[in-house]
Amino acid sequence: MVENRPLTAFLTHLVLILGVIAIALPVWITFVASTHDELRMNQAPLPLWPGDYFLVNMKQTLFGSGLSGTESAPVWLMLLNSLAMALMISTGKIAISLLSAFAIVYFKFPFRMGFFWMIFITLMLPVEVRILPTFEVVANLGMLNSYWGLSIPLIASATATFMFRQVFLTVPDELLESARIDGAGPLRFFFDILLPLSRTNIAALFVILFIFGWNQYLWPLLITTDTSMTTIVMSIKQMLEAAEQSPQWNIIMTTALLAMIPPVFVVIAMQKLFVQGLTETDK
Amino acid sequence: MLKRVHFPASVLPYLLVAPQIVITLVFFIWPASQAMYQSFLIEDAFGLGTEFVWFENFQILATDHHYLASFQRTAVFSVLVAALSMGFALILAGFAQRVVRGAMFYRTMLIWPYAVAPVLAGALWVFMFNPTLGIFPYFLEFAGITWNHYLNGPQAMALVILAAAWKQVAYNFLFYLAAMQSIPNSVIEAAAIDGAGPARRFWTIIFPLISPTTFFLLVINMVYAFFETFGIIHAVTQGGPGTSTTILVYKVFNDGFVGLDLGGSAAQSVVLMVLVIAMTVVQFRFVERKVAY
Repeated sequence: MVENRPLTAFLTHLVLILGVIAIALPVWITFVASTHDELRMNQAPLPLWPGDYFLVNMKQTLFGSGLSGTESAPVWLMLLNSLAMALMISTGKIAISLLSAFAIVYFKFPFRMGFFWMIFITLMLPVEVRILPTFEVVANLGMLNSYWGLSIPLIASATATFMFRQVFLTVPDELLESARIDGAGPLRFFFDILLPLSRTNIAALFVILFIFGWNQYLWPLLITTDTSMTTIVMSIKQMLEAAEQSPQWNIIMTTALLAMIPPVFVVIAMQKLFVQGLTETDK
Repeated sequence: MLKRVHFPASVLPYLLVAPQIVITLVFFIWPASQAMYQSFLIEDAFGLGTEFVWFENFQILATDHHYLASFQRTAVFSVLVAALSMGFALILAGFAQRVVRGAMFYRTMLIWPYAVAPVLAGALWVFMFNPTLGIFPYFLEFAGITWNHYLNGPQAMALVILAAAWKQVAYNFLFYLAAMQSIPNSVIEAAAIDGAGPARRFWTIIFPLISPTTFFLLVINMVYAFFETFGIIHAVTQGGPGTSTTILVYKVFNDGFVGLDLGGSAAQSVVLMVLVIAMTVVQFRFVERKVAY
């Protein structure tokens, strides 16, 4: 702080605290909804202070049969599906991007730049603009309702390739020279020198990609019709639809809470890596 | 681009790029070219035959007032989302960069909504604004406002804008804060010695110096509002009431998967691709000219 002004300091904290409250309000209301019983959640005005049904709701949401009158997978299975999808997308993206960045930076071979631009183009083709034909491809390959179908079409990544390319370009040339003098081949160099050097970058990218994978919505919605493949994020929409007949808001909001806890936890617990990953991939 | 010291050509580099390239070809380039091809076709009413019609689908789009209205709606939606979330984030970052004690706490408490999926953000807001039960309609009733976003188009639009902006504040805040912290302290101190108060320093020094970040965030927020808000619209309004919240990306989905108008949907996809390409080019040009302090 440049100068000492008690009044400005007070104002600063006041604004920030109001900001924190405004940002947290929707989640607070969700949390409160998950701590009351169904009866209370159908009387206006809704409570603003937690009740004591949290554990009951948690248990019913996780292991119960879902909303009454609907047929859906148990929520614990949806959480597992989401976890599998998020892990497959993030590790898949990191693995293939590391390999292609290594090839583009460390090898001179015909069509090198052609491959580079082909990867670059994926940046311009978000899934939203090619929904129908991509769906057809996946259907023809028989990948509907499978973990492969959920993850593989999403794992090509221009941003990750660019980021690793950037990282590899900062690795001093002398390392490769000395490795070659010591008789290391390309793969040995990659696994023993490049991978350990880019450890933090990989971790930072993993945090971002885990969140990206967990929060996928449109894609799982299209390619899963089998209830046992439902992910937790897409189940919310079905519950909101069901809420028109049976408004069990306590269960719906407990599910919403469960759906956001894992990625939010990752952001808070690995904040430093998260910030690094976000600023590196987008610039 | 290429290392000065590198390995000679062999079959290995091809194997290394193969997974990425195969996935790109099968799931990106092939579908995108299919979308382009289909945008030149019209299917007859019974789905029995297709006819190659060149640009007729695009001509139909250009004269379709539903589509043009959706275009206009998307523009309003994305500008308001970007303005609202960037404005809010700028104010918070401006205050947060002054804080020494508790800085980490504030940052943590302001960035976590980044991790909330858009469809979940939609679910939280639609619950708060539920016309019969929600907290906000209950209080708005006292102010004489009857809230029902299932019937009232502008209210539905306001709700999706709020939900979309809420989620994006975290991202904008983080980038604004980083930009402000990279301004050298000596510049700020010099201004303080010359007698400029905090507000004046903010508008005459900090705000102009972070203008590259503002521009970068503007592009990112437009892309976000155009494409990533699908989940919010789908959960909150399904494009309704009527078509009052049908933005372009929702219309592609709706016409393709619900309306089964393949040619029309493909033509819309192509228009969206052109938009993404334009935005990406703008973003990359900016990155090259990044201002150093």
